Amino acid sequence: MIRWFKPVVFLACLIPLALLGWKAYSGALGANPIEVITHATGDWTLRFLLITLAITPIRRLTGKLWLIRYRRMFGLFAFFYATLHFLTYIWLDKFFDVHEMLHDIAKRRFITVGFAGFVLLIPLALTSTKGWILRLGGKRWQALHRLIYFSAIAGVIHYWWLVKADIHKPLEYGAILAVLLGYRIAGWAGPKLSANKAKSLREPRFEVRQG
Amino acid sequence: MMIKKPADIQSSEITPKSLYLNRRKFLAGAAAAGAAAIAGLSLGELVSPSTIVQADAKIEGIKKSSFSTNETITPFKDVTNYNNYYEFSTDKYEPAGLAKNFKTRPWTVTIDGAVDKKQVLDVDTIIKMAAPEERIYRHRCVEGWSIVVPWVGFSLSELINKAKPTSKAKFVEFTTIEDPKQMPGQRGRVLDWPYVEGLRMDEAMHPLALLCFGMYGDALPNQDGAPLRIVVPWKYGFKSGKAIVRIRFSDSQPQTTWAEMSPREYGFYANVNPNVDHPRWSQAKERRLGEFLKRPTLMFNGYDQVASLYTGMDLKKNF
Repeated sequence: MIRWFKPVVFLACLIPLALLGWKAYSGALGANPIEVITHATGDWTLRFLLITLAITPIRRLTGKLWLIRYRRMFGLFAFFYATLHFLTYIWLDKFFDVHEMLHDIAKRRFITVGFAGFVLLIPLALTSTKGWILRLGGKRWQALHRLIYFSAIAGVIHYWWLVKADIHKPLEYGAILAVLLGYRIAGWAGPKLSANKAKSLREPRFEVRQG
Repeated sequence: MMIKKPADIQSSEITPKSLYLNRRKFLAGAAAAGAAAIAGLSLGELVSPSTIVQADAKIEGIKKSSFSTNETITPFKDVTNYNNYYEFSTDKYEPAGLAKNFKTRPWTVTIDGAVDKKQVLDVDTIIKMAAPEERIYRHRCVEGWSIVVPWVGFSLSELINKAKPTSKAKFVEFTTIEDPKQMPGQRGRVLDWPYVEGLRMDEAMHPLALLCFGMYGDALPNQDGAPLRIVVPWKYGFKSGKAIVRIRFSDSQPQTTWAEMSPREYGFYANVNPNVDHPRWSQAKERRLGEFLKRPTLMFNGYDQVASLYTGMDLKKNF
């Protein structure tokens, strides 16, 4: 792929944040700006998680192997928006009231599961560098990074449990996630890829069956 | 009935409309400034949002009311662009646009059930039953946000007295219009349409309970429940049904929409109560639209004068 493409994708990933900033600046966030910020950062966390999880299936189905070079970036953007989402909660919603937050995390299951989803992303973000891949070894690194499955499931459940009546949006996320995880389950359970094809994907080694 | 009135408010303390319409620009600016700071942006000229003002539906002869609060009125733009009105959409920002062409005339309201005589009244007949009053009420949504709205209407008791309910009438039920052609949200089954809400008779007869047909001095905008709605300021907003087409008196507690949909989370009483959490979130605090920090939620939304209606009731059970 062309060299300038990656920075362009990087900047594109910042567009949701830039839009939020612009709307805030121009007074277009509406009657309840904090709610808008909370929902937007939450939505983009889920979207980036799904994009990250889509890389492997798309890569395999289309043979566009270079896609792998974007997976880490998308994953880190998921973590980035999740962090903004979490900060919105602790700052704008709870205003650093630790007692109330602990109470929330313990008592409100949608917060419990959302918090768990966020915490699961932390080790993935920390070990996202080449150095950590070498340190852990491909297999172990890959096993660790399968935590993203659980994080994405937690994210969808978090959304599902917080809506009052209209579940169609969490349902959409859930359906896409089901397809992406279903693809992997089919891969594990069903007939293995032909040895040759698997070999062609084995570059570098730890990326086989990558999350 | 003992009715405790809040301290009298001098008419000079009530914000003239021109002033709070201006204030909204300031508040929008303040909100934007806060949000811009959050986004890590420096502040420059704040673009003021376009103002939407209904010009043609002024209500004449509105009296002031001693029930009004002197708290800052929420900007008109927020009250008309941030609506929970599932008949149009579950997205709060969509009813303003989707309700634009909603037909509110001709409109009739059927009054039936335990009454001397069933009646079908034209909404304009109902509106003229008593002198319009401005009631500036706090309005607390079960979701944890609140607004202060200068409603226009008169006590629901005025209508109930004219409807002549029989001694069998223990409850009153309000039904919202069902018209999927005009209300896109009703084409799906998010809730069990039509929307039904209800009150115990003594609640409905309390002078705070408002039959409402206007706000900010004008007729109700469509997205806020035109042409006729109920406002029960000491209860969560979902108790205050919009676009009412039927008022039915009965001897048994009505099957109300949210309580049917999720009885664990929404009760028939739904009194604002900071000590009884929604199963999924706390009700101890609320975000007043336009304010940065949350404020504590008050028992009965600050309308203590209704407490006597619930003497001896366990409000944790009857949430």
